[in-house]
Order: sequence, then structure tokens, then C-alpha cells
Amino acid sequence: MRVLSRQQTQKVATFLITTVATLVVIPVLLIILMIFYNGMSAISWEFLTQPPRNGMTEGGIMPAILGTILLTLGTAVAAIPLGIGAAIYLAEYAGDNALTRTIRLAIVNLAGIPSIVYGLFGLGMFVLFFQFGTSILAGSLTLGLMTLPIVISTAEEAILSVPQAFRTVSYSVGATRWQTIRHQVLPNAMPGIITGIILGLSRAIGETAPILFTVAAFYLPNLPTSVFDQTMALPYHLYVISTQVPGMPLQVQYGTALVLLLFTLSLTFVATMIRSAMRRRREW
Amino acid sequence: MVPKLSIQNVSFDYGDGATALRNISLDIMPHELFVLFGPSRSGKSTLLRLLNRLSDLLPVGQMHGRILFDGQDIFARGTDVFDLRRRIGMVFATPTPLPGSIYENLTYGLKMAGIKDRRVLDERVARSLQQAALWEEVKDRLADSAFALSGGQKQRLCLARSLALEPEIVLLDNPTSGLDPISTSIVEESLYELKQQYTIVMVPHSMQQAARVADRAAFMLDGEIVEVGAQKDLFVYPQDKRTEDYVSGRFG
Repeated sequence: MRVLSRQQTQKVATFLITTVATLVVIPVLLIILMIFYNGMSAISWEFLTQPPRNGMTEGGIMPAILGTILLTLGTAVAAIPLGIGAAIYLAEYAGDNALTRTIRLAIVNLAGIPSIVYGLFGLGMFVLFFQFGTSILAGSLTLGLMTLPIVISTAEEAILSVPQAFRTVSYSVGATRWQTIRHQVLPNAMPGIITGIILGLSRAIGETAPILFTVAAFYLPNLPTSVFDQTMALPYHLYVISTQVPGMPLQVQYGTALVLLLFTLSLTFVATMIRSAMRRRREW
Repeated sequence: MVPKLSIQNVSFDYGDGATALRNISLDIMPHELFVLFGPSRSGKSTLLRLLNRLSDLLPVGQMHGRILFDGQDIFARGTDVFDLRRRIGMVFATPTPLPGSIYENLTYGLKMAGIKDRRVLDERVARSLQQAALWEEVKDRLADSAFALSGGQKQRLCLARSLALEPEIVLLDNPTSGLDPISTSIVEESLYELKQQYTIVMVPHSMQQAARVADRAAFMLDGEIVEVGAQKDLFVYPQDKRTEDYVSGRFG
């Protein structure tokens, strides 16, 4: 005996699945709303443009914002050439051999490494072994390494999605493999590659653990002047003022969280805009 | 007369054990329009792609035999395959413009060959479009996207794109598939002009088209050449029973 008819089961299933899917939205909305609600009042011109004062409890977070921007750029410089190079190799050159399988395995594992392990690796490798010290350079390289898997996999996907016919036509008029990649494949894969880069950056730049030992400073009186300097950075700053500074006004903590959130959200937004703009322009 | 292309005992296997071509021998003469026809999967396109070594792009495949182009073995070690493809152009069944303008499509191959002189490029663009019977329709909008063209125009653009390199041989792999009858007849008419300057090897859209355009033709079946001959011999007085059955529409 059936308790419910097929139609009723169908309705129940649809309802449950829709509910579960909707539940996903709730925590995202709550986080954003809560941070906006509590943080908005802290945002002011002074907050965005002044260094902290009076044991971080007053003034602004400009050095941390600047540091995060610098680290974003540094991470991009570190991850883009390696990431795109690896993606081109995997998509266009790699055969099915031991080397390729090793590379793919390495990328999968790279994506699964906990961020604190990246931080420790960066400390051992870049800070100590290469003697870059605790610096923007060491931090950027660590974050770049962490961004690589995302950049590689999205770039490879973008390259593979360029129609095979473009390659065939290019070869048929006498272009070499590199000319074909350079003039047909990469330009047409670029929107996807850029999207992947920005998403990877926005992910990495919110991380605290990788910069903990490699670049971030609790407080610096001066702004960094070279890549060998330390810098303050938003995620680490937020971590410090939330856990290490007694008597920190809640408003400042939420304000910092809001700035960090806006920073990563705007990167994601830019990536989405680029993707949809390019998709509209795409003709095939 | 010396053949432009001499295909000598060519066999081709895909890795999976399927034999695509079996011991093909053919001579193609300068300035003729040679048609390879037969049912689907008889090996016509495979043979065509061997002639400019686009077959190199296949991940698998084993080729035996020789293909001589002006007496030179194109599979010989040291052959400049990129130069070969400039001298033996190709048009595909699906009209495939590259993303970019009409002008960029036509000059792509030339630029890849290192030709940058604007006057040379302009002149080649105009001439190739005229030869492909497209000049009058697009001469005022060369900067427009190639994707804005109609299907028939796109295919003539692809023809012009291979002609812009001033090849010696043009390989046409079913160039009128998907075109309406009017576009098809425009392309077919342009073939008469083209063979004055080029040697053409064509896989036709249909047996009727083969009969309309061919100077000489080869009937292919299951990777083999059944019969080769002049248009009249093959389509009116076929020697082989299988050719006769195919030409008269009993199978295929």
C-alpha cells in the first residue's frame, strides 16, 4: 500500500528540495546584513583614509586597506603567469603521460591544502629559505601559490571551451601551434581566464592564515615602501582587533569586516560583469 | 603532363583498428577540378586532410604510402608543414569564420606568414573576395564582424580566406553543405574561374553536384577507390558495377 500517491510524493519532494536550496541563501544574507547593519556607522572618510590611533581604537584602517590592495596585486603578479602557463600546457600541449598526470595530481592536492599549511610553507620557503623576510614579496608568493589551483582549472576550462574549429582553421592557413594559441585560443579564452583570476584573488585575499607568518604586521607606523617591507592587511587586522585588543569598540571591528567584505564582493562583482559583458560580445 | 599531386599507395588507419583508407593511388593534374565522391564514411575527408597534413592534428592514426606535391614527398622529414598548408588551402563543410572582422579573417594567414605590408594585404583581400564572388557584397563593410554575414557569405569568406594566401591547390571539403541552392550555385560557378588559377580537389555535397562540377572524379567506397575517370566516363558510362549502382541511385 502506498501512503502517498506518486503525485503527492512528487509534490513533497519538490517542496523539500526547494526549501533546502532556499536555506542556502539565508546564512549568506544574514552575514551580509549583520555586517552591514553593525558596520555601516563606522564607515567614514576618516575610517578609510587615516591610520589607526590610540591603540587601534580610533582613527582608520587605511594602512590595512592599502596592504590588502598591494597583496592583491602581488598575488596576481605571482599567480597569473604560472597559472596561465600551466593551463596552456595542460589544455594544449599535454598528452596523457606520467608528467601530465603528476601535474594534475599536484594541482588537485594544492587545492586541498589547508591555508595555515600554506602559511607555514611560505614561512619556511620564502621568508626563511629565500630570505625574503616577512615581506610583501613572501606574502604575495604564498597567496599566489594558494590561488594557483583556481586560476589553472578555470583557465584550462576556458581554453578548452574555445571551439576546436578555430584551431583547425588556424592551422589550415599555415599558422603554427603557438600562433594558433596566441592569436586564436587565448584571445577567445580571455574572459574566462580573467574571471578565474579575479575569483581566485578574491578567495585568497580574504585569508588570514597564509599571511600570518609571511607578511602581516599588527601595527606599522609607516606605510611599506618596497616589496621587502611588511604591511598591515585587512583580514589579519580584523583578526587582531577582534581577539587581541581588549576594549576594542565593536563598531570598529564590524567596520573593518565590512570593508573586507566589500573588497572581496566587489572583486566577484567585477568578475561577473566581465564574464557577462564578454559573453554578450561572443559571437559563436 | 606532370601531376600536381600524386597519391601513391596510401593507407591510413585510425588507432582503433578501423581502416580509413586502403591502398589509394591517384594522380591529380594541374588546373583540374577533381572530385572525390562516395557514401558517408568512405574515407573522402580523411584523404583530403592527408593532402595538406591536417591529419597531423589527429591524436592517433598511422599513414602508409607517399603523397607527392610537385614531386616532393609532403610527409618527408624536414617538410615545412606550415608552408605546405599555405600552398594547399582548405575550406571546410561548416562555414567557420574566425572571431573578428571580415578583413581580419582574410589577412590572418598572411599575417601569420609574416606579411605586414598594408598594400599587399589590401590587395590580397580585394582579389580573394573577387575570386570568391563576395567582393560586391562586402567591399564597404570589411571592418564588420565576419559573424554578421549570412551562411552562404560566410562560406565564400572561408573560400576567400584560403585564396588570400594564393595557394596552388584548394581542397574543398563539402563546401556547400548547409547552403541554400542559390548560394550553392554561386559557389559552384566560382569554381570554373578558380580552376584557371588553382588545382581543386573537392568532396561534393551530393552525387549530383559531383556530376555538375567535376572534370575528373574518383568514386570511393569503404576506404578504397572503386573507379577513377573523366566526368562523362564515370557518371554516364561507369565501368564498375558498384559505381553504376551508386551513380544510378541504387544505394548511398
